Amino acid sequence: MNELAPISREDRVEKLKGLGHSRKRVEDVRFTQGKGNYVDDLKLPSMLYGDFVRSPYAHARVTSIDKSAALALPGVVAVLTAEDLAPLNLHWMPTLAGDKQMVLADGKVLFQGQEVAFVVANDRYVAADAVDLVVVEYEELPVVTDPFKALEPDAPVLREDLAGQTSGAHGERRHHNHIFLWEVGDKQATEEVIASAEVVAEEMVYYHRTHPCPLETCGCVASMDAVNGKLTIHGTFQAPHVVRTVASLLSGIEEHKIRVISPDIGGGFGNKVGVYPGYVCAIVASIVTGKPVKWIEDRMENLTATAFARDYWMKGRIAATKDGRITALSCHVTADHGAFDACADPTKFPAGFFSIVTGSYDIPVAYVGVDGVYTNKAPGGVAYRCSFRVTEAAYLIERMIEVLAIELGMDAAEVRAKNFIRKDQFPYQSALGWEYDSGDYHTAWNKALKAVGYEDLRREQAERVEAFKRGETRKLIGIGLTHFTEIVGAGPVKNCDILGMGMFDSCEIRIHPTGSAIARLGTISQGQGHATTFAQILASEIGLPADSITIEEGDTDTAPYGLGTYGSRSTPVAGAATAMAGRKIRAKAQMIAAYLLEVHDGDLEWDVDRFVVKGAPERFKTMAEIAYASYNQAIPGLEPGLEAVSYYDPPNMTYPFGAYVCVMEIDVDTGVADIRQFYALDDCGTRINPMIIEGQVHGGLTEAFAIAMGQEIAYDEIGNVKNATLMDFFLPTAWETPHYVTDFTETPSPHHPIGAKGVGESPNVGGVPAFSNAVHDAFRVFGLKQAHMPHDHWRIWKIAHDLGLHG
Amino acid sequence: MKKMQLTLTVNGEAHELLAEPRELLIHVLREKLNLTGPHIGCETSHCGACTVDMNGRSVKSCTVFAAQANGAAITTIEGLGSPGALHPLQEAFREHHGLQCGFCTPGMITRAHRLLQENPNPSEEDIRFGMAGNLCRCTGYQNIVKAILAAAAEMNAVKEAAE
Repeated sequence: MNELAPISREDRVEKLKGLGHSRKRVEDVRFTQGKGNYVDDLKLPSMLYGDFVRSPYAHARVTSIDKSAALALPGVVAVLTAEDLAPLNLHWMPTLAGDKQMVLADGKVLFQGQEVAFVVANDRYVAADAVDLVVVEYEELPVVTDPFKALEPDAPVLREDLAGQTSGAHGERRHHNHIFLWEVGDKQATEEVIASAEVVAEEMVYYHRTHPCPLETCGCVASMDAVNGKLTIHGTFQAPHVVRTVASLLSGIEEHKIRVISPDIGGGFGNKVGVYPGYVCAIVASIVTGKPVKWIEDRMENLTATAFARDYWMKGRIAATKDGRITALSCHVTADHGAFDACADPTKFPAGFFSIVTGSYDIPVAYVGVDGVYTNKAPGGVAYRCSFRVTEAAYLIERMIEVLAIELGMDAAEVRAKNFIRKDQFPYQSALGWEYDSGDYHTAWNKALKAVGYEDLRREQAERVEAFKRGETRKLIGIGLTHFTEIVGAGPVKNCDILGMGMFDSCEIRIHPTGSAIARLGTISQGQGHATTFAQILASEIGLPADSITIEEGDTDTAPYGLGTYGSRSTPVAGAATAMAGRKIRAKAQMIAAYLLEVHDGDLEWDVDRFVVKGAPERFKTMAEIAYASYNQAIPGLEPGLEAVSYYDPPNMTYPFGAYVCVMEIDVDTGVADIRQFYALDDCGTRINPMIIEGQVHGGLTEAFAIAMGQEIAYDEIGNVKNATLMDFFLPTAWETPHYVTDFTETPSPHHPIGAKGVGESPNVGGVPAFSNAVHDAFRVFGLKQAHMPHDHWRIWKIAHDLGLHG
Repeated sequence: MKKMQLTLTVNGEAHELLAEPRELLIHVLREKLNLTGPHIGCETSHCGACTVDMNGRSVKSCTVFAAQANGAAITTIEGLGSPGALHPLQEAFREHHGLQCGFCTPGMITRAHRLLQENPNPSEEDIRFGMAGNLCRCTGYQNIVKAILAAAAEMNAVKEAAE
């Protein structure tokens, strides 16, 4: 190998397709040919199909369930109700948030679409027929869908199972529909500063309930092999290892007898983090029938029953000096958690990382209080393409900055720049207890403002307002600004766990004798391109081409334990584990190279894909040569083979940030908002694959566009879901989706092995306030301070109407 | 329920099969013919993940009865390109990062294939309008549009060279 004509160092780097390379995705060859392998594609011999009888009522007593007609239908194998699950103690299950949740209605139902009975049949059409034949009698109860009304003294009691319990998993419950009060910061000091402040801005900001709505719904195939006593569950799981542990704890089946497989997943966005009744029922049905049971929810079930997001009523108060220096922030949230507290947050954080609410600003004192409340709505509270409750926090602070700017009579861009945490303040201790790892906000901000021609935009906007007042146009311009800071990469085991499992992640690498490799991780891709990017991290660490490295995830029998993929944690945690495992490989490789080259290992240095004798560049061993030697030579003091495993417990979270500007043209008479320009600058630390980063930003911004401009899960007063199909639930098409311009700065994380911070969720976190601020900004000169999302055409029209702009 | 005898020509191959009158084309394709490329995303014609080509038109196979397809010629994603020779659209989606989770991709490419036959020289606006029946939750469409423009150019160049 050494005799070949030497190739340049540059060419060797290029050949690896490592960090920074816009490597094409290895996943795409199968996906573009329709050869993906999603859970509903799986067909096992004798497989049965499960389907749910669901409640049409939001709050009712179940007085009787008659399954005789359903059972009489040919092809129906079983109909399960809570009564059938009770002997197994599976009629209820624990939630990720320390509460419990009914698997099947136990005496009453608490939200529309709640699972009442599970029908199992030999055909999906027969199962659907049988659902209609199950006769359930209900006695309606008063419904509460407003969290404020739920806390009134005479509000109906929703959770009768909690009667008399004055404390829950997160402390005291002060009312029968109250779940917890979670507090962070110095309340008294914050109040003192606000009381004596020169300027105070106050606003109630509602971040409405919505839904992640991945294109593939949730589902699974549970298969109990009675001969071997092994349960295999294929499913749409963003955290397969956690599902295995939960399945073991619930079923009593030993964990080594359970295999959980996440095949290709058709988008997750948080929807596929939770454990749902469908999974439990499919498992029970498979154990009972001895046959594989498939359960796939339809779109209406997905939108009404699994995993809503947001639904935070946020009362913000921000204090400042007259010249615009922020002195305090206070925030109280009334959090609507629905019927069961099934939020997917690290155990000790019932409101997630909402306390990142001080955002990008150096705020000396702050307080956050979050009251969790039960209502007759679906449970969930997942992080929809954001870290835990981070988008809510970013939305609140970015709205409060705008409101404060109005109060101060200052430009909102200037208020931000004046209060940014300065570059020299990192690592920065926030008033609410976080240690921000790195940032250079002023550089990013100035770059963004310059890129969009901010001064000119403001001038054009002012001219447009004058023309509007003169009656020459009916369109206004809105300029939406946002500078967000995320907190991702959960998280350090000392304070982050899910059901007791520390939130580390893992990577196991095997180098094959001929210089290729396989690496397995505890995470699972849902479109993020892990098979492409994790191979790039490894290529740069161990000097084998990314094309020669297979990445595998999602099979708990083969992959090392990990907490899965959500909250932008894959790159910060599993990516770090990958780099660290790679370094272990390299450390052993160095010893082998030293033996082969007959030098002291300290006399070697790493160079792209090889160890070179210092000062003698012609003497080297490539990683491929070393790999071969590790399997065919007896090297004194070293075991054969070249493998490594790393479990990475991150020392801190990572703090990606970004500066976004949205320019809108709003038709005052129709409420139609055209996005004229959207500029997104993201700083996610070290950039692994710029092509994939850009794709993530486009996708996240489009979800933000949807959420800000029309997407919601709304309920009427008796608890009917008003947006239960894609007819009513806004998913933007190519036609209305804006065009984006992406940009970046690169401020590596000092504590991450390769400096990467994660990017998948930043555009959703930063995008929502950018779109919403643009709508607000268009009407600012006419006196608008706060209007709730989503800003659909009707609501924008209503803003204009209420401001008297329709004459 | 009494079954009907149907004849479908799928990706050039004739199939005789029995299906209930209420059975949806997507279920016949996926479960009887094992063509799992087209997916089910909504069952209400909104998302387009189930898009296939039926007698030269794009249809959403989740809201077509198999019986309506009796005698029809159907093309699914499996009928475009092959592992060794990707269709220019498949190649362009890969080249321009026009997909992420891959769930919408078969329907998206099948629809784009028909769109380029309806309009071989589409503008960006034509593509955004012509693809509006297919939802994608991952990409924000920007790279899908780019991929279709690139595929159109490639296909036109090949056609020109052949003429």
